[in-house]
Amino acid sequence: MAAEAGSFALVLALFISLAQSIVPFAGTRRHEAAIAAFVRQAALGQLLFIAIAFGCLTYAFVTSDFSVRLVAANSHTLKPLIYKISGVWGNHEGSMLLWVLILALFGAAVALFGDNLPDRLQANVLGIHGMTGLGFLIFVVATSNPFARLIDPPPDGNGLNPILQDPGLAIHPPFLYLGYVGFSMAFSFSVAALIDGKVDACWARWVRPWVLAAWCFLTIGITLGSAWAYYTLGWGGWWFWDPVENASFMPWIVGTALLHSALVVERRNALMSWTILLGILTFSLSLIGTFLVRSGVLTSVHSFAQDPARGAFILALILIASGGGLTLFAIRAPSLRQGAPFAPVSREGGLTLNNTLLVAAAATVFIGTFYPLVIDMLGNDKISVGPPYYNMTFVPIMVPLLLAMPVGAILKWKRDNLAEALSRLKYPAYASLLVGIALLGIFLGRQAIVAFFLGLAAWLVLGSLAALALRLRLGSVSLDTSLRLARTAPLAFYGLIIAHAGMGVTVAGITGMTAWATEKIEMLRPGEGLELSGFNLRLRSVADVAGPNYDAERGIFDISRNGRPIAELHSERRFYPVRQQQTTSAGIRTNLLSNLYVTLGDADGKGAWAVRFYYHPFMPLVWIGALAMALGGFVSLADRRLRVGAPQRSFQLAAAPAE
Amino acid sequence: MPRLQYLLPMAAFVPLIAGLAFSLGLDHRSLPSTLIDRPTPAFSLGALDGAREGLSSADLRGRVTLLNVFASWCAGCRAEHPVLMRLAAANELPIYGLNWKDRRTDGIRWLAANKSPYARVGLDESGRTGIDLGVTGVPETFVIDRSGRIRYRYPGPLTEEVWRELFEPLLKSLRGEP
Repeated sequence: MAAEAGSFALVLALFISLAQSIVPFAGTRRHEAAIAAFVRQAALGQLLFIAIAFGCLTYAFVTSDFSVRLVAANSHTLKPLIYKISGVWGNHEGSMLLWVLILALFGAAVALFGDNLPDRLQANVLGIHGMTGLGFLIFVVATSNPFARLIDPPPDGNGLNPILQDPGLAIHPPFLYLGYVGFSMAFSFSVAALIDGKVDACWARWVRPWVLAAWCFLTIGITLGSAWAYYTLGWGGWWFWDPVENASFMPWIVGTALLHSALVVERRNALMSWTILLGILTFSLSLIGTFLVRSGVLTSVHSFAQDPARGAFILALILIASGGGLTLFAIRAPSLRQGAPFAPVSREGGLTLNNTLLVAAAATVFIGTFYPLVIDMLGNDKISVGPPYYNMTFVPIMVPLLLAMPVGAILKWKRDNLAEALSRLKYPAYASLLVGIALLGIFLGRQAIVAFFLGLAAWLVLGSLAALALRLRLGSVSLDTSLRLARTAPLAFYGLIIAHAGMGVTVAGITGMTAWATEKIEMLRPGEGLELSGFNLRLRSVADVAGPNYDAERGIFDISRNGRPIAELHSERRFYPVRQQQTTSAGIRTNLLSNLYVTLGDADGKGAWAVRFYYHPFMPLVWIGALAMALGGFVSLADRRLRVGAPQRSFQLAAAPAE
Repeated sequence: MPRLQYLLPMAAFVPLIAGLAFSLGLDHRSLPSTLIDRPTPAFSLGALDGAREGLSSADLRGRVTLLNVFASWCAGCRAEHPVLMRLAAANELPIYGLNWKDRRTDGIRWLAANKSPYARVGLDESGRTGIDLGVTGVPETFVIDRSGRIRYRYPGPLTEEVWRELFEPLLKSLRGEP
């Protein structure tokens, strides 16, 4: 019953989105208020029915209804409840349903919280949003129906891929999609602005919270994915430049650029057509990411079911959405009002540099991701592009960006003086140089690159703190005044400080991890030990244990340093009989600055086990920094300016002499 | 003139979509073909039952050999088993087994119950060697030439018909090679 109700709800949602996408563009301008009211209701209705469908599928999973093909293929009665639920999106059909659910969620949010949006803009935005929803709902219903029944239901299901049975991965896709799909709002706003030929500070103020929210969620989603790969794949890798990772990373980079260029539109009414282009590009990259993961054109460690027919459908959607958006851009953008001029050295100038470098960085990732495809097309060679490529292209582009970051954050709008700006930052600059030189001294001149990057990390953190000190005029006014300034400074400013400093922490983490990680693999019998970077690891015992839906061999390890015990770690090799698959659960000890990481490998049949032991200095900093960036985004999102939205007045004042 | 720059994104987008559409049509399943005519990836596996010798990539040199990937949990392996037994009995060529993603006890029990066609069997419990070989599922059979290079990969269960039509001509030509 639930499955049929779900199917029906999905089709209803499809027709609602059809109405939602037609009405705003079919009605006359005189009935703007009525049209906006209708579209708002449609957006809410779409959410309601997709939520019902999603609820039905979840119900089928939780009750292990194996007459639903998807449940039979991906679930099992013995699976813990949380993985029965996360199994809903641990497969192609279910994850597409989550995709449209989140899309509808964003649409409904604009309908609910957008009541001080001008009617016409709101109707257009939701209309475009409805079209995106329509396209994906057709995709789900026509090619990926999650509710298909089996005539002859099996007694038990196939089980979920065990490496997906992990709390981190249970919440990774929802966050990732909140990010990916959230950028659809940037797309809808961009296209709506092109249709009306109006881009102004008000528009930017409206679009920025959605971009910011999507960006924060995507940041968290990518971080979760990286941490998950680290502790489940069993060899301590945290970023692979895998096509699917790149698929989420490219929208993140371009979304970061969009976030910053929207600031320029909001504050200075400049970079308008560029911002719109970024809005279209960010969502296009999200769509292309979806295409990459689901079409099977690129081989990756975590692709879903690969089906060229689905690929063709998504490609058609990209063609319509991005192609339509870009065509509209080509026609309308030239007539958009050109923005206020600014000097090369100014906050706008800094943000332009940020945008240029970020887009260039995204382009290198894009080329790295698609190069194998091009090679594949030209000949019969299958190649993959690895880290050396990215070290040579992506990193050199990021370095000037990071160097300029603290400077950009303190530049004045419109016009500034570079020498003066730099002198404002002289203390953090000296301190970072000192860090670099001191490290160079410690390493006796070796590892100059490491010293440079750690100096750079210090520059990002100290430079951000200096920006805060400058804002509060610490030292030049009384402490009382500074405290008052601290209270009145907008939250968005604190968001900037936190996010930029977070970037520094991540840079430090990546550097330490890349330069100093050590590892050792040895065959050990119980009682034997090995030595790595001053740590002593001893295999205490190996025993069989039983989990809820797996059998495992658990190795217990004692770790000591200089004879002093510091940790007891457990690593398990789990065998899932339902899927005949084996996974490794690593034993990890972290002190938030470095990780010790041990995994139990294959037995040699003669009483010894392969043991991998890793020392990962600075590894946690990578994720702490990334989460700080997301936190900075959320703090900025809480800013009153963004929540209240722009007053109607400024919208009319800024009406552009377009068309 | 200034209008042209706004067409640039579109101009970049069109070839991208065309390229993606083109690549959709390509056969992506034949990926393991990269291994064809390449040396067998190096591996060294413990024996299934501990008593006998294991299997390493060095064993696959000197003669034309067959490397069969199997598991106790795979139904297709049971289906192709009689074909392998006949080949082993006819002593046509050495057949080596790769017991893939299996538990030691299960693998031993399976071979004991069905009789072993294999000259040697290596246990690949973690599936790591299978990944190196590009194994996508079981059963899968590789033909390896005298110099230890993979010459052919057949995914799926062997049948007498497949053997006659695909393997025999290939083996004939391989044996003719110097």
